[in-house]
Amino acid sequence: MSVLDGISRSLPLMLEGLKITLSLAALAVVFALAVGLVVAWMRMSRFAALRWLAQGYLALIRGTPLVAQLFVIYYGLVTVVDISSFWSAVIGLTVHTGAYMAEIFRSGVQSVPKGQTESARSVGMSRTQALRIVVAPQAFRSILPSLGNQFIIAVKDTAVASFITVPDLFMQAQKLAAATYEPLTYYLISAVYYLAVVMLLTALLRRLERRHTRYAI
Amino acid sequence: MPHPDTAPQDTAPQDVPPLVRMRDIRKSFGAHTVLDGVDLDIGTGEVVVLIGASGAGKSTLLRCVNGLERIDSGEIVIDGRELRYDEKSLNLMRRRVGMVFQHFNLWPHKSVLDNVTTAPVKVAGRDPRQVRDVALELLDQVGLKRFADRYPMSLSGGQQQRVAIARALAMRPKVMLFDEPTSALDPELVGEVLAVMRDLADSGMTMVAVTHEMRFARSVADRVVLMADGKIAEQGPPTAVLDNPRSERGRAFLRQVESV
Repeated sequence: MSVLDGISRSLPLMLEGLKITLSLAALAVVFALAVGLVVAWMRMSRFAALRWLAQGYLALIRGTPLVAQLFVIYYGLVTVVDISSFWSAVIGLTVHTGAYMAEIFRSGVQSVPKGQTESARSVGMSRTQALRIVVAPQAFRSILPSLGNQFIIAVKDTAVASFITVPDLFMQAQKLAAATYEPLTYYLISAVYYLAVVMLLTALLRRLERRHTRYAI
Repeated sequence: MPHPDTAPQDTAPQDVPPLVRMRDIRKSFGAHTVLDGVDLDIGTGEVVVLIGASGAGKSTLLRCVNGLERIDSGEIVIDGRELRYDEKSLNLMRRRVGMVFQHFNLWPHKSVLDNVTTAPVKVAGRDPRQVRDVALELLDQVGLKRFADRYPMSLSGGQQQRVAIARALAMRPKVMLFDEPTSALDPELVGEVLAVMRDLADSGMTMVAVTHEMRFARSVADRVVLMADGKIAEQGPPTAVLDNPRSERGRAFLRQVESV
């Protein structure tokens, strides 16, 4: 059987999987942005307790494999609350990606020269106003590339969800591979889907970046 | 003729309290003492120029006035209110104290006009349309009205610094602080910034400037304060301090400046 045959025959199943993969990625990225903001803020807080909490979280997440984190959340949460594998995966991916987002946000804030905050404070802006009006917009521009990179990684990381029975793109490929004894065909096909999504995302991010570098002459 | 060590009588009569009053200001960075007991009064409408070798404490003293640096001990009173370091008091005080930085520190993501209007609207809560008119007027005063829609990075250093002055003035401060406003500029751009400062002084603004521009000090300052090792070594009218320094510190500093 040719690969082209395989593509057309697997299309309905793969599209089902793609839908789940994209939902996973979108939810995880949106929630991770929020988690990242909060953790970055804690990490730069004046209060030592908040800084330690954030640092502990970062060390734990960055120091352990994503698969392990997912398994712990999946098997751990199930004992406490009734939660689907899909939402376990969303939580796991959020917790994981959020740590990296936090570090990106922190690097962004620290990339803005201290003089910017000083001039903001010197006209009477509060700490929060200086951050919101002066520092954050500049930080956002400088972190756009790394943020985009993290989006792309998050899309591909969703494949791990198949390990906890989420019927995502990769799970579909696994099923088809097992049923047809043609693993190479279907794993390659799934790779094409991932590649297409990432290329589309890359193009979108590039446009966003171009629009937001106006003032940097 | 008043004694040069006292506050000048012509601009700050004894019965009017000074606009800025500093008493026994001490400040260290770690083991390094930067300000070692400074007393300084700034009268309303007075133009005071701080000079001295680098590391003498001029910039730190200036930054202490608007709380960018926190003093270890001493007392600062601005416009009748003692400087305190809680957020609310600091933010209120800073509305009345404008500051111009060596490296301009304009906000690169905002247009020239927005650099000037942001604080009056967002901090002072003034009417945006009214603020816009005032901002354009201020930009006109510093000769940059036609650049209102440009972004800071497309301007020369001298132009950026003039925008920074307009930005500080937009808050209608009672006193303006200048921290080496021309030190980062190419020589041919220094004049335009000094001209704006001169106009400002002529308009009666109270000003404290750290600068190495001796010509400016001579022609615009009411009083020159010479600092050395975190102390005031000498102060008085420009001619007295710059032509006949009485302190050894003063003579040494001026020899160095003049030999350039």
